[in-house]
Amino acid sequence: MPAKGAMDRQQTAPLPAPDTQTGPALSLEGVGFAYPPARRGAAPVEAVADVSLVVEREQIVALVGPSGCGKSTLLELVCGLRAPSAGSVSGDPAVLMPQRDLLLPWFDALDNAGLALRLRPGGSRAAARAGAQATFADFGLTGFERSRPHELSGGMRQRVAFLRTLLSGKPVLCLDEPFGALDALTRAEMRDWLGAALLRDPRTTLLVTHDVEEACVLADRVVVLSPRPARVLASIDVPLPRPRRATDPQLLALRERALEALGA
Amino acid sequence: MIWTLLILAGLLGGWELYARAGNVDDFLLPAPTQVGQALWDDRGLLAHNLRVTALEVAPGIVCALLVGLLLALALHRWPPVRRAVYPLLVGSQAVPIVIVAPLLIVWFGFGIGPKLAIIALVSFFPVVVTTLDALARIDPDQHRLLATLDATSAQRLRHLELPAALPGALSGAKIAVAVAVIGAVFAEYAGSSAGLGNVILQAIPQLETARAYAAVTLLAALAIALFLLLTLAERLLVPWARRDTDWRPR
Repeated sequence: MPAKGAMDRQQTAPLPAPDTQTGPALSLEGVGFAYPPARRGAAPVEAVADVSLVVEREQIVALVGPSGCGKSTLLELVCGLRAPSAGSVSGDPAVLMPQRDLLLPWFDALDNAGLALRLRPGGSRAAARAGAQATFADFGLTGFERSRPHELSGGMRQRVAFLRTLLSGKPVLCLDEPFGALDALTRAEMRDWLGAALLRDPRTTLLVTHDVEEACVLADRVVVLSPRPARVLASIDVPLPRPRRATDPQLLALRERALEALGA
Repeated sequence: MIWTLLILAGLLGGWELYARAGNVDDFLLPAPTQVGQALWDDRGLLAHNLRVTALEVAPGIVCALLVGLLLALALHRWPPVRRAVYPLLVGSQAVPIVIVAPLLIVWFGFGIGPKLAIIALVSFFPVVVTTLDALARIDPDQHRLLATLDATSAQRLRHLELPAALPGALSGAKIAVAVAVIGAVFAEYAGSSAGLGNVILQAIPQLETARAYAAVTLLAALAIALFLLLTLAERLLVPWARRDTDWRPR
């Protein structure tokens, strides 16, 4: 019944179930990307070189690497915001959660969270607000529906941004240093919160971070990238049960391995 | 507010002394008390003409706001058009409005039409400049965010570009208030039967300089009132552009 499928898309199901196709959720083959030269005569800036990566459904893969190594560019390629200059990206549709929350100042928290629902074909403001409201409590945001972004704390803004990302309904989440702008205390809190949220509602996730500990706590696999242009240096499985503690000796050992691969 | 009044009192006092000392003829510079007297004596005439001018300037500013906003959005969206048209817009602002005002009257008659056109013509430009600047300040990451959420071009306009442009357009309109009032005077000079510009035009040859100054006083008051109205519109329409803060630098 194709008509029913079309109807489902327009409903305000708060967290639309990801598509269930066969094959890996995401597959990168020999992906490369170079930025056009900034000035005439300058060389193009190679940001990503020959990255191959397969991500299974509901797997969480952390990408760690030195800052400026091309991690963010890699996520933009996965989300289709840029076209690779070499290789191919295939798989399920992916949504990007940028480093900064980028909440729109003219919308309150509920409007911001429901933005993706409102942008869908046939979406309306009322339906978007209703859809976002349904999950607001799970995100610890109850009571802040009508708050403007500047009235929210950094952690809350980030949670609104994460909810907005989830509500896009795209099966693959690309999180670009989601806690990069937060202070250390809030950061640890948000890390545990995200771990719990993904445990409750598993999603195929690519998590970019420069914090190896964060990567080991959250991910099923940690992929270590080289300085620019980004290449895969190592891929380390993290076969530990959840929830994890950062002080777990096994986790510490894996963290050492990742740091070694980074050359730190 | 108290300081505004004190400064005003000081200026008026100096002016009064200068005029009373007999340095200049009353026909050239009436004393503030004479202007005040004219304001009172001619209150019926002035009130009627103030109404006429206010009903030209207020819609004129609204026209300038809309035209400037739409033009800026178009120029922002199509860079080739911006490169072609923006320099011409800048050049158009150097054309003295007194030269083209009679032409517009000839084309469009003596009604409200040409006056609106003249006022909008002199005041849309600041709106275009401030709106374009506001659009250029949109964070590119914000565009990237809407792209990853699959926003269409129309949705980008509605949810990002228009709200980002509005505070700029209103700032431009505030800048344009003063020129809009002067534009109205020139429009009335070029052809009219009423309005404060018309009052000035008739008072000067009759050597009723105090009445002309009374009309000028009302024009200034009109500009202040429109500025305050636009400030109010800012608070209501774009509350996010204004941050209340209880902190001030010492």
